[in-house]
Amino acid sequence: MAGFDLSGLTASFGGERVIGPLTLKVKEGDQVALVGKSGAGKSTLIRLIHNRVDGQSSLVPQELGLVNALPVFHNVFMGQLDKHATWYNTVTLVRPFKQDRKQVLELLDALRMSEKLWIPTASLSGGQRQRVAIARALYRNAPVLLADEPISALDGPMAHHVMQLLRDRFETSVIALHDVEMAMKYCNRIVGIQNGQIALDEPTDQLAAADIMSLY
Amino acid sequence: MLSYPTVRTSLIFLAIALVGLLFADIAITANNPWRDLGNFFLGVLTPNFFSSEGLLTALLRTVAFAFVGVTVGGICGFFLALVYRFLPVRVFCAFIRAIHELFWALIFLQFFGFHPLTGVLAIAIPYSGIFAKVYSEILEEADPEPGRLLPPGTGTIAAFLYTKIPDCWVQLRTYTAYRLECGLRSSAILGFVGLPTLGFYLETSFSQGMYSDAGAMLILFYVLIATIPLWVRPKLLPVYIVGAPFFLGDGLPIVWGNVERFFTEDIVPSPLRDGEGLAGLLPWLNELMVEQALPGIWNTVILTQIALVATGILTLLLFPLISNHFGGPIRRTSGHVFLVIARSTPEYILAYILLQLWGPSMLPAVVALALHNGGIIGHLIGRQTNTIRLRSDAPKGLNRYGWELVPRVYRSFLAFLFYRWEIIMRETAILGILGIYTLGFYVDSAIQSIRFDQAMVLILITAMLNIGVDILGRYIRRKLALQTMPTC
Repeated sequence: MAGFDLSGLTASFGGERVIGPLTLKVKEGDQVALVGKSGAGKSTLIRLIHNRVDGQSSLVPQELGLVNALPVFHNVFMGQLDKHATWYNTVTLVRPFKQDRKQVLELLDALRMSEKLWIPTASLSGGQRQRVAIARALYRNAPVLLADEPISALDGPMAHHVMQLLRDRFETSVIALHDVEMAMKYCNRIVGIQNGQIALDEPTDQLAAADIMSLY
Repeated sequence: MLSYPTVRTSLIFLAIALVGLLFADIAITANNPWRDLGNFFLGVLTPNFFSSEGLLTALLRTVAFAFVGVTVGGICGFFLALVYRFLPVRVFCAFIRAIHELFWALIFLQFFGFHPLTGVLAIAIPYSGIFAKVYSEILEEADPEPGRLLPPGTGTIAAFLYTKIPDCWVQLRTYTAYRLECGLRSSAILGFVGLPTLGFYLETSFSQGMYSDAGAMLILFYVLIATIPLWVRPKLLPVYIVGAPFFLGDGLPIVWGNVERFFTEDIVPSPLRDGEGLAGLLPWLNELMVEQALPGIWNTVILTQIALVATGILTLLLFPLISNHFGGPIRRTSGHVFLVIARSTPEYILAYILLQLWGPSMLPAVVALALHNGGIIGHLIGRQTNTIRLRSDAPKGLNRYGWELVPRVYRSFLAFLFYRWEIIMRETAILGILGIYTLGFYVDSAIQSIRFDQAMVLILITAMLNIGVDILGRYIRRKLALQTMPTC
């Protein structure tokens, strides 16, 4: 499963509908940027997709979902807990195996934070924590990436670097972004959300930044 | 003021306690209580550490029973915590923790005799129930988000180890360490029913008037508790846990015939045992209720309510002792020492000492319960006031106490007090063993005269009473929207 075709996506909070009903079809190779005002329902949509594809996706939620007491290594390793037997995971908790250490270290190297491998995530800065959640999604290596504002705490060059990395590693992705320029640069399809509905859905090369600004 | 629900609740409880005082048996009956008290303090000031080698053995046994009991209780409690969401488990845990360690010890003594197992189970069983409840509360507080992000197909155990345990580790460890301290106190008082721990040594010294020996024991006990952070280290824990079972002493061998007889004959209500059938059961139960249970419940409730209010008043008086909003470092240091002593001394030992000195009445029990619990809550509240930043022109002295601090901490003060309500009642019941007419007195008398069937019913009633107060306390805390962490 690399693409998906979801219909009847709806979500309500306190009896009020915030999303849908809407239909979203994503083909293999689609790198979708979800854009729209804050509160438009982007995060809710990402959650909905995650639930509908039965977790068969690498998710980077806005709250990151890190286990603060564990070091960076274990937070990243959690992306592949399903690949190993329970005894293997338990031993890893105490003493990680060499091949896993190497893999995780390479990922952190790509994210330029390899020196933080054994630091508890609680003591990292906001941007570093965000990169740990991204490393976990990369390590998970699911066919689809679902990311909710994955570069909100990163500075300029690092944000570009991370977006580049995500584009190279995930053929198919849905990324919620508030930065239109980033969306145009790193995604090949733009989906605009307004009042819980899809207000815009075009390939990037047929859009100008001004077309998107009408959503805001 | 009366429009505040917290104030109204406080006044209602105060009124109940004042009415209770009319019915309570408060008196000093000893001929010369102050001379005895003086002799006792002289004994504490001139401790005799070398009177017999029994003291060190008792200290060793106290530590050993605490470690084995708390370890077994902690392991069982942890596994119970994993299934705590099931109602039968919750009811079972509420039941086993509603029965005091000393009652468990009295039960096991009847069929295991003075075997180490008696002491270990007496601590491990109620502690399992307490651990199960608190551990499950702590685990519930863990952030659920990392667990939701795990890839599907992740094993339950791996998910638990990676997302729950690390998040709760610090709280689990802190609470377990606190329980170990409680375990040392529980272990010490098990000596009062004959197990070879400090309580036994204390009772012997006291009854022979050897106050210096008793003083030495108390001082060693305080040192033991105060130095826990020094000698209980993570690296040494495995050594203690593995080693402790070898220092429990031999005791006496278990006679399995006694065990069988206890369950098949002794605890069967006598009308059933004697073949009178169900027709005889009702009058038997009726007599038990009227002559023992009801007076026991009445006295237990009265004493609990008085002790609860006395604890509250004492807490409000004591917390300024360690608050850095008042006075200088000398007063605070002595305040700390006083509060540490008050809360390290098990209420049972305090009550025993005061009872020896003042003679039998409810007074020693009230003072002992108020001192111990007031010491605990006063310490917590005092620490809380230290986090309060007052404006620089805030009033000083009594005005600062009444206008700035008490209103700020009153809600958490009430939360702690209602949290300890059930604990105070459990202790009140058990103090009956010392001769105050609470439920413990009737349980102990029934056991002394080999009426185990009656003793078991009375213990069940005590457990129900505790569970009832626990539910009521929780209801009031919810009604007043009071919150506590399970650290007291």
